Amino acid sequence: MKRALFALLLFPLAVWAASSYRLDRAPHDPSDIASLQAGAGTYVNYCLGCHGLQFMRYKSLTDIGLSEAQIKEFLLFTGDKVGDMMKAVQDPKEAKSWFGVAPPDLSVVARSRGADWLYTYLRTFYRDPKTPTGWNNAVFPNVAMPHALWTLQGELALDPKTHKFTELSKGSMSTTEYDRTVRDLVNFLVYVGEPAAERRKAIGIVVLFVLLGLLFPLTYWLKKEFWKDVK
Amino acid sequence: MQSRPGLWGWFDARMPSVAEQWRIHAAEYYAPKNFNFWYFFGSLALLVLVIQIVSGIFLTMNYKPDANLAFGSVEYIMRDVPGGWLIRYIHSTGASAFFIVVYLHMFRAMLYGSYREPRELVWIFGVLLYLTLMGEAFFGYLLPWGQMSYWGAQVIVNLFGTIPFIGPDLALWIRGDYVVGDATLNRFFALHVIALPLVLLGLVVAHILALHDVGSNNPDGVEIKKLKGPDGKPLDGIPFHPYYTVKDLMGAVVFLAIFCIVMFFMPEMGGYFLEHNNFIPADPLKTPEHIAPVWYFTPYYSILRAVPPLFNSQFPGVLAMGVAVMILFFLPWLDRSPVKSIRYRGRVYKAWLAAFVVVFVLLGYLGIEPTTVWGQFPDWPFLDTRDVATWVARLCTIVYFLFFFLMPWYTARDRVLPVPERVTV
Amino acid sequence: MNEETKVDKTRRNLVVATSAVGGAAAVAAAVPFVASMLPSERAKAAGAPVETDISRLAPGELAIIEWRGKPVWIIRRTKEMIESLKSVAPRLTDPASKASEQPKYAENEHRSAKPELMVMEGVCTHLGCSPQLKTAEAKAEMGADWVGGFYCPCHGSKFDYAGRVFRGAPAPTNLRVPPYTFVGDATLVIGEDQETKGA
Repeated sequence: MKRALFALLLFPLAVWAASSYRLDRAPHDPSDIASLQAGAGTYVNYCLGCHGLQFMRYKSLTDIGLSEAQIKEFLLFTGDKVGDMMKAVQDPKEAKSWFGVAPPDLSVVARSRGADWLYTYLRTFYRDPKTPTGWNNAVFPNVAMPHALWTLQGELALDPKTHKFTELSKGSMSTTEYDRTVRDLVNFLVYVGEPAAERRKAIGIVVLFVLLGLLFPLTYWLKKEFWKDVK
Repeated sequence: MQSRPGLWGWFDARMPSVAEQWRIHAAEYYAPKNFNFWYFFGSLALLVLVIQIVSGIFLTMNYKPDANLAFGSVEYIMRDVPGGWLIRYIHSTGASAFFIVVYLHMFRAMLYGSYREPRELVWIFGVLLYLTLMGEAFFGYLLPWGQMSYWGAQVIVNLFGTIPFIGPDLALWIRGDYVVGDATLNRFFALHVIALPLVLLGLVVAHILALHDVGSNNPDGVEIKKLKGPDGKPLDGIPFHPYYTVKDLMGAVVFLAIFCIVMFFMPEMGGYFLEHNNFIPADPLKTPEHIAPVWYFTPYYSILRAVPPLFNSQFPGVLAMGVAVMILFFLPWLDRSPVKSIRYRGRVYKAWLAAFVVVFVLLGYLGIEPTTVWGQFPDWPFLDTRDVATWVARLCTIVYFLFFFLMPWYTARDRVLPVPERVTV
Repeated sequence: MNEETKVDKTRRNLVVATSAVGGAAAVAAAVPFVASMLPSERAKAAGAPVETDISRLAPGELAIIEWRGKPVWIIRRTKEMIESLKSVAPRLTDPASKASEQPKYAENEHRSAKPELMVMEGVCTHLGCSPQLKTAEAKAEMGADWVGGFYCPCHGSKFDYAGRVFRGAPAPTNLRVPPYTFVGDATLVIGEDQETKGA
């Protein structure tokens, strides 16, 4: 009975994860503009080849402090215009024949999988000779995606019994640097999932001030005043 | 010809009197003076209906009811339409708010016997409103065309398919296709945007007219029309306007504050108001690991799942779920207590009502989770399923039905307190 | 002031105050709904400036480019076409283009930034049909004094090589000239002025 209750408490964690791998908390910060810009750069360089952000317009990135000229120079590579959507470079049908499944569009992946899942997923790829790509992932077992960021992180191996990672080869970044890069990338994906998030919270504070600070006292006094009649 | 001067007089001489309606339904509608917290939820339900209609109209300006375009059009509203994200969140938060308000509104009726004679028709229109609202929510939920939208609709329509003889044809007719698809989406859009809102509006008018005809109940269950003053007005009554217009205005502000806290700071509500899986576009070839209806349907879903298949059909579960909702219609006639309000009922009724609340909430929770949520029993031979949660749900279902089926017996026999002549404030 | 009027005054003030704040809040709440009907990012992107390569446009050739859903004409005028602009002036409704819409750099005798390149909207100012190019060779159908220009088949309006309307036509004004600018010699950007370029 106690075990059942304990399982009940932990269940919410397992709801998203395909496996029961414990997720690390993503240290993302939606107000860190520099992080968001770095994440945008990483995404365009390493992810946009296969994974589109089809609901995100390049021009909307002016939200995170980039000018249109900067967007054109650093993020627009193909013949796209700045008003276009961030479509994947590779044709989805081609990608499907390469990987067996079309790489999903990631516009709202932060809302379906969650930041913690993404942060952990991108840091737990390991070498596995049994898969078609030679890569596997601790959070998403037998994923069709290879480790797109392996040149940065290096190669890891996972011991199936101890569930511990060991380093097979070094990447161009140290663990701290890589974690930071992934943090920025996740930060960017969270932003792309809901670009209006910061605006929403800011407006919410004003609205609540008006409702609770102004309208509630007024309507309360109004009610009390009229109800003096009622005995 | 005109009795009143000017433009108003011209209008008044050609239309039924607006002033008369205001008098009957507001300025001289005498309501009991002892309304408490539970009496806010009727006007709040009307407020939420208006909010949903207005936000819905503006969503319809940009939403595309096409299987290939629907998901994208919602993201278009969230990103490219100025203020679109706000309108979307108003509508999604409003949907859940509607059910919270309506459940509390219905519970008030159970606390104070507001469904009792002479208000049975008010209650019946109310249950019809509840059923229509469930349909409205079900049709609306398909529209974002996410994984939960698609598979939730697939499961529920298939339930109708279990009805003996007519089931498969009925399901085909509802869907307009062999599986939930573009045809289904388009018709659910028409039903959600026009058909059911019109039905809701009509039923709201009927509900309020029926109420105003007999007069409101109150927390003491006292009929205020029995004691009138020399002016012909109930001694314990006060005109709805200005007293309850002003009180409901205050209630509306508090409600809107809570509504805005959710909408601006936690619109997803942990995945209960906007489900995580619904941010994945609908994929007819891939069923999500765990399908659950939205939280407001889960008590009935729980009952459906608790009933085991009989003769290889899921229909008994469907039947149980249907009866669980429809039994509400009969409440005015199941309740045989000499008193209306819980304030004057005995311990037996209070215990049953408390049990009803507990099982309803528990069934609701269990409906959200998979049946494995509370682990397994040991491998005992007489169990058709070892899931602990399913057995708990079965127990809750039995208590739920007994609350209604035994009510004529335990309400007639229960000890009651004397009901006062005048309301207590 | 007795108790009753004091109470009435308090009530009236409270009602006024609540109505004022409530009214302001209601107006503020209406703003996102009204704003949602303004052009969305998608509409604005679709209406964005259009770039086109004019390096291979031969003299006398007409190119038609779509901008904001409308046909925009780019014509590389020959010397004869430019000269014809002076000779038709007496037959025009508005030879100085006082009533028509054009950017400042098109307020000259050839209605364009560069005399050899004419950029104008191919939309008749009468009721919106798109006129056809009729060169000076089309004298048989256009009349002996025709030196070249455009003819609208819907109701017969005629325009010269600078889009200026001939007298006697139902069209009231000369053809609209959109904002445009050049990037180098080979690229024309329609929908953007030199000042707003790169904004």
